[in-house]
Amino acid sequence: MVEHTIDATHAVVTLDVALPGIIWGWMITLNMWAKSIGTGVVFVAAYLLYRHNKDAMPNLRWSMPVISFIALNVFLLFTLVDLHQPYRMVNIFLHPHWTSAITVGAWMASLFTLLITILMVIGLADQFTEYFKRGCKVAPVRSLMSFASSKSATYEKIFPFVVFLAIPVTAYTAIIMAESSARELWQAPTEVMQMIWAALMAGSAALILVSGSWSQEARKDLALILSVAVFFSFAMYMGEYFFSFKSSEAEATLAYVHAGGSYNVEFWFGMTLGFIAPFFLATSTMKNDNVTLLRFAAILALVGLYMAKDVWLKIPQMLPLS
Amino acid sequence: MKLGFLVDLNLCMGCKGCEVACKVENEVPLSSWRLRVKYIDIGTFPDTSRSFTPLRCNHCESAPCERICPVSALHYLENGIVNVDSNRCIGCAGCMMACPYGAIYMDPETNTADKCTYCAHRIESGMMPACVVVCPVEANIFGDVEDDHSHISQYIMAHQGGVQVRKPEKHTNPKHYYVGGGTYTLDPLAHQRLEGHNLFNNITTLKHVGDPNHGVLDRFLAPFVSHAEHDNKSFMNFDNNGLESHEQEGGH
Repeated sequence: MVEHTIDATHAVVTLDVALPGIIWGWMITLNMWAKSIGTGVVFVAAYLLYRHNKDAMPNLRWSMPVISFIALNVFLLFTLVDLHQPYRMVNIFLHPHWTSAITVGAWMASLFTLLITILMVIGLADQFTEYFKRGCKVAPVRSLMSFASSKSATYEKIFPFVVFLAIPVTAYTAIIMAESSARELWQAPTEVMQMIWAALMAGSAALILVSGSWSQEARKDLALILSVAVFFSFAMYMGEYFFSFKSSEAEATLAYVHAGGSYNVEFWFGMTLGFIAPFFLATSTMKNDNVTLLRFAAILALVGLYMAKDVWLKIPQMLPLS
Repeated sequence: MKLGFLVDLNLCMGCKGCEVACKVENEVPLSSWRLRVKYIDIGTFPDTSRSFTPLRCNHCESAPCERICPVSALHYLENGIVNVDSNRCIGCAGCMMACPYGAIYMDPETNTADKCTYCAHRIESGMMPACVVVCPVEANIFGDVEDDHSHISQYIMAHQGGVQVRKPEKHTNPKHYYVGGGTYTLDPLAHQRLEGHNLFNNITTLKHVGDPNHGVLDRFLAPFVSHAEHDNKSFMNFDNNGLESHEQEGGH
């Protein structure tokens, strides 16, 4: 009998309507993951430029904004695609509601993407000057690149603002989650730090993939950032997983992982692939500069980060609210 | 004026008249509910009882849905009702994530967020919400909670100590009260929801939120390409939408 299975209150729902299920699905996971890359490369590039000479990282000036631009556009595209009324996205700009972190984030992300686009155009124009002067057949592109090349110094002027703006852009999703008051697991202030660590993790991983021509010292720093980011990120997930005493709702949510099943498998796969393995791989490459191994660690970190974010996004939505 | 709602769970007999009246009055599509009555069985046989809990938007004074809505589609009316402007809604589902009471749904016909509005259109013309009118035992009590002489205020005063709101720890200050409830009826974590053990159906989770006939690309193409209409009326037309008729399924 159904009623015999309830120990706590001996209360069981015997008639109700169908519940909505997971509403923010893989598109939002991809959105957050791509945003981590888009902002993370900026943080990591800023640190590397502070630490090393530009010559140690010959392609950084243009590859960083290119990676960021692609990732940010993936992020913006899937933000749009996830909307049930995508054409009304414009209402965020025409009828903004400033108490909403979604609105503030959309404005900041748009400005950030604009600045990154400028950096990318200047970076590409400087790097491929000869091609755009002689090889490029499209006149408007040639003119634009010629203009961008003449404004090369603007890059260095804009870059500090981009770094500064990257902080709220990467963290605002945590504020959206904090505003989602129905989902206790997302309420923790640790979510902000989790976003920052995710950005450093994804940013260093993405730059590792293009760091083949860099100096050994610069690559060592990348490996160090990746190691530190995955370590602290892993520690935070473990803290939440094992020592979450925040509320009964958070506990009930985590039960979806604790109890086994597909989310348990995905979570631990993510932790192993994205955090534990990259930590040991990256630290080992700091001694002997093994580019292949470091790239492997970077790919694992990106895959694992997606899986961890996916579990953390979906499980709170499975809890009945009424 | 601050409009509020009170349900006396001692009187509610689970007839679901309010649920049906709400659907009819507001043309709520199939698979969606602005108001629903949940049945909960308590105890162990033979010492069991069944309680009924009508659930709807709580019209919180500090509404998380209003705060998170990026375009003010969810907004306050002067009388305290949290209203929805479906023409402005972008369908981000932020309000669904924010509402601690699970009271907001994505309308499968309009692909926008929707919820109970305390029948704001009826209130405007001096009528009571449909669920209040239809209740055969007057378990639904509606009125101005700031007016000491209103029925709801009198009821709250008469039942002091026994008036509850759902999830007070969320600090949303709901304007929807219950009398005669208990933790097992008002707290969703205090009762168990077993998959496949509902009385009349075994569906507990919807596969798709929003229009199930619309994919991602369709959402973009919708303004330009006409598509087969699936609304409440089309569900009744079994031959045209390709579904098996009742007879074909073996019914009478």
